[in-house]
Amino acid sequence: MTKTPLPETASQTAGPYVHIGLAPEIAGLQTPLPALGAEIADVDVPGLRITLEGRIFDGGGTPVTDAMIELWQADTDGRFAGADACTPGFRGWGRSATDFETGLWQFQTIKPGRVGDQAPHIALWIVARGINIGLHTRAYFQDESEANASDPVLLSLTPERAATLITQQTSKATYRFDIHLQGPQETVFFDL
Amino acid sequence: MTGYRPRDWTQQPPALAPAYKSTRLRAPSAPLVQMPQASVPLSSPVFGQRDLEPLDHDLLQNHAQEGAPIGERILLFGRVMDQDGRAVPGTLIEIWQANAGGRYRHRNDTYLAPLDPNFGGCGRTLSDAEGGYAFHTLRPGPYPWPNSDNSWRPAHIHVSIMGSGLPQRLITQLYFEGDPLVALCPIVQAIPDKDAIDRLVARLDLEAATPFDCLAYRFDIVLRGRRATVFENKPEGM
Repeated sequence: MTKTPLPETASQTAGPYVHIGLAPEIAGLQTPLPALGAEIADVDVPGLRITLEGRIFDGGGTPVTDAMIELWQADTDGRFAGADACTPGFRGWGRSATDFETGLWQFQTIKPGRVGDQAPHIALWIVARGINIGLHTRAYFQDESEANASDPVLLSLTPERAATLITQQTSKATYRFDIHLQGPQETVFFDL
Repeated sequence: MTGYRPRDWTQQPPALAPAYKSTRLRAPSAPLVQMPQASVPLSSPVFGQRDLEPLDHDLLQNHAQEGAPIGERILLFGRVMDQDGRAVPGTLIEIWQANAGGRYRHRNDTYLAPLDPNFGGCGRTLSDAEGGYAFHTLRPGPYPWPNSDNSWRPAHIHVSIMGSGLPQRLITQLYFEGDPLVALCPIVQAIPDKDAIDRLVARLDLEAATPFDCLAYRFDIVLRGRRATVFENKPEGM
C-alpha cells in the first residue's frame, strides 16, 4: 500500500533579523533565553581543539554580514550526537553569526574523526536574507589529504569543485573556510 | 539503511527569485550536487527541557518589564510531522517576529514604529510526544522593507524547526489568513506552487481560542519523510 506523501512545508528566508530568534544576544536583546549552540563539545570531551572560521562572500565579492551558520559534526571517533555510545558532553552542533562589520564567523570545536568511509569533515548550513532555502556545504581538512583522496563525496566532484570544500590551515589548530555563494569560486552546495 | 525521501523542489522557492532583490547576488549559480545517500548523516543534536526556561514559549511574558505587550493576543499552535504523517516529537522549534507595530527588537532595524518595552519577539519550545507545539504571542504588524520604493512584508512569524536529521532542518515563515499583502510579497511569491503558499498561512481556529483572553491560529509543519527501502516490502529472510 502506497500513500501519497504529504508535501514538505516550503522554506522561506531567515531574513536579516534571524539573530532575534537564533542568537538573541547578538541581536542586542537582553533576554533570559540562554544561547543555544555555543557549546559544541564540553571541555572534557576528548579530541583536538580547533577553531574553524571564515567569511561568506556574495556574487559581487562582498562579505555577507547578516548570515547565520550552523555546524553539524561527528566526534573524534566519528560518532554523531544522538547516536549510541556518543561521547557524553558532545552536542556536535553549533551556531555562529557572521560579524556585523567584518563578516567573520567562527566555531570553537574539536576535530572530527572519520565517519565510515568518509574523510573527517564538518557539515555547515547557511541561512540569511536573500537565501530562500538553507544551503548545505561541508568543510574538509587540508591536513587530511590521504583521507580526502578516498572520500566518496569529494570523489563525486571534479577536482576544481572539490577544492572549494577544503579548508586552509592557517595555524596549527585554526582552519579557514571561506564560502562563495555565487561566481567563479562558487562553493559546492548539496541537496541532501 | 534508510535515508530521506528526495526533496520535492516544486514545493520550494528557487534560490534565484529576481523580484526578491537580495537573492540576485546570494543565489548559487551552479545546481545543487546530490549527496550520495550513504554519506547523509541521519542523527540530530538532542535538546531537552534543561535547555529551556519555563517562559521561553510565552512571548507575552518572556520579555515583560512592567506589563503585557500591546497587540492582538494569540495562541499559535500546531503539529510537527513528517511526510508520512508521523509525529516528530522532542524537536526544537524557535520563532522570532516583529511587534504589533511591525518593529523588530534588533540593532539593525530602524523602522520608525516604536519598540514595545514589554515585547522581545523570540521564543522556543520542544514538540511533545505527538509532535504538538504551542506559543503564546501577539500578531505582528506588517512593515516596509527596502526591496522597491514601496515594499511591505505581510504580517509573519519566522519559524525554525531542528528536525531529526540535517535533511529535515527547516526555516520558514508563517502568514495570517486574509492578509492582502501575502499576494504582493516577492518573498512569498518566490514559491511557485500556490498550494505550497497556502500551507504557509496559519488558520484561525476559534474553537482553540481562549475566551476573553486570546484568539488561536493553527500552523502545521511537514518535514521530510524517510525513504522506504526495498527490503521493507519483503518479509524477513526472503
